[in-house]
Amino acid sequence: MASQNLRQPTIGVTPDEYQNLSKQFTPKPTVVKNTVRAFFIGGLICAIGQVMINLMVMGGMALTQAQTVATAVLIFLGTLLTGLGVYDEIARFGGAGAFIPVTGFANSIVSPALEFKREGYVAGVGSRLFMVAGPVLVYGISTSILVGLIYYLLLIF
Amino acid sequence: MFEMVIPAFIVGGLICVIGQLLMDLTKPSFTPAHMMVVFVTGGAILGAFGWYTPLVKISGAGAMVPLSGFGYSLSKGAMEAVRQTGLIGAFSGGVQATAVGIAAAVLFGYLVSVTFNPKG
Amino acid sequence: MPPVILASYTVVGPKEGQGPLGTTFDEVWTDNIHGEKSWERAESKLLETAMQGALKQSGLNPEHVDYMLAGDLLNQIISSNFSARTMALPYIGLYGACSTMALSMAVGSMLIDGQFARNVLVGVSSHHETAERQYRLPTEQGMQRPMSAQWTVTGAGSLVLGQSGAGPRITAATIGRVLDYGEKDTANMGAAMAPAVTDTLVNHFNDLNRKPQDYDLIASGDLGMVGLALSQELLKRSGITSGPEFTDCGVLIYDKNQDVHAGASGCACSAVVFAGNIMQRLKAGELKRVLLVGSGALHSPTSQQQGESIPGIGHAVVIEA
Repeated sequence: MASQNLRQPTIGVTPDEYQNLSKQFTPKPTVVKNTVRAFFIGGLICAIGQVMINLMVMGGMALTQAQTVATAVLIFLGTLLTGLGVYDEIARFGGAGAFIPVTGFANSIVSPALEFKREGYVAGVGSRLFMVAGPVLVYGISTSILVGLIYYLLLIF
Repeated sequence: MFEMVIPAFIVGGLICVIGQLLMDLTKPSFTPAHMMVVFVTGGAILGAFGWYTPLVKISGAGAMVPLSGFGYSLSKGAMEAVRQTGLIGAFSGGVQATAVGIAAAVLFGYLVSVTFNPKG
Repeated sequence: MPPVILASYTVVGPKEGQGPLGTTFDEVWTDNIHGEKSWERAESKLLETAMQGALKQSGLNPEHVDYMLAGDLLNQIISSNFSARTMALPYIGLYGACSTMALSMAVGSMLIDGQFARNVLVGVSSHHETAERQYRLPTEQGMQRPMSAQWTVTGAGSLVLGQSGAGPRITAATIGRVLDYGEKDTANMGAAMAPAVTDTLVNHFNDLNRKPQDYDLIASGDLGMVGLALSQELLKRSGITSGPEFTDCGVLIYDKNQDVHAGASGCACSAVVFAGNIMQRLKAGELKRVLLVGSGALHSPTSQQQGESIPGIGHAVVIEA
């Protein structure tokens, strides 16, 4: 920090004043536009998922199984669109509308693996597959175990 | 074929709106990875209290496709397994319920990584 | 006599070629990988191309070049090291982040002025994909860039500096100090670098007893729109009035509708704008005296992940036709 400088800076602003100045000069995110786009893209991906589920249920599949298969298909589409270099464009437009659906999870799995492929199939692809997905699984699975344990204790008492 | 599609669109869209607001209104150090963790954990906790189930009932994929749905499946799976097999179910249930999704992500992720090159 | 810029050469990627300065570059690649095995190799190739181009244009043999000074943004300045392997010249690697072009021009001029060298080859490179991958996220990962974010220039610029000959001369240099005013957002590097750049400018004007109006052009390296506005404001608050002569290479290189948000960044940003557009205008007599202030953000991915703020630096060089 500037306060530790042995020779004082010549500019006529203190670091504290600068923090305010910098905030004032930094453009704000276009929240309304981003939100509308996120709603549209996120809604669209979920609607596609629902159509798939409906079709499978009409074909005689059980609902939970149809939901699982639809999720797997969406994950496949997410990885494929990432490989084709399309998903990052969708996400640039749709923001959280593209991150939050399971297709975004798929994108976060493929993109680092793809990028680090040049570092080899084990240290590159294999380890980087979980660069972003790793924390999701760690916290998701841990939470579910915790929930299960608490539920178990509640059932006993 | 189109039943529940509009609720799915609206609920799914609204869940993503929450995510977008979280991202735009928090510090820049809150990355998409942080958001995914928040949504999965959040979905798991809401699921544990049974508060996510109504959302799944009215909107189907609208609540299941977002990552909060993944979290919901995890905790719902854990609780169901505890009912059936007891303590060990707490450990097996969540992963079992989401096994297809995780396996699909790993397999497709691997295949696509090997097949394609980054476009930049 | 002050050191002369004998030759210059620039090579850029397609996005830079499509920008408003597209016609001022010597070479424009049609894609960012140029048939290489990796983005990193492509970046080394950029630097080699620029350095060989400048050397060829100067008409000098490699034997006449006493030092090669180069730097880039990647870990251990690997693009420069690999280029130095190809060039096989006595090599000094420099790191000043995006300020490296101005830094290498200053150091190269010192070597010549102090009679340690007859000719010095300087050059820097940056590459959008290698920088994204090292500093931010994988290129295919979905994300939304904030409005203050800057786009790393894919390209390389190189100059041959010499003792005598025809060309613009480097008449003064002000080496900057590292200043950190607490900015932590790596998507707002202009704001992180503006205090250091302004400090260098103020010191420069005081040392040489000059004012901004003594220059036809004051070009900061890659402050971008946010950083440039902040630096102009800081100058004003330090009692120095600057006018339209104060601009930024990162603002000039891309067009508003190229979706780059606050402008450009990267070592190559100031390098290709200076070695291309500004050199041409100096030679044409359109500009008489130019102040180039390279701006650098001296953080690393590790320091960033550990929540440290971003130290900034600015190096100034004066070039006169």
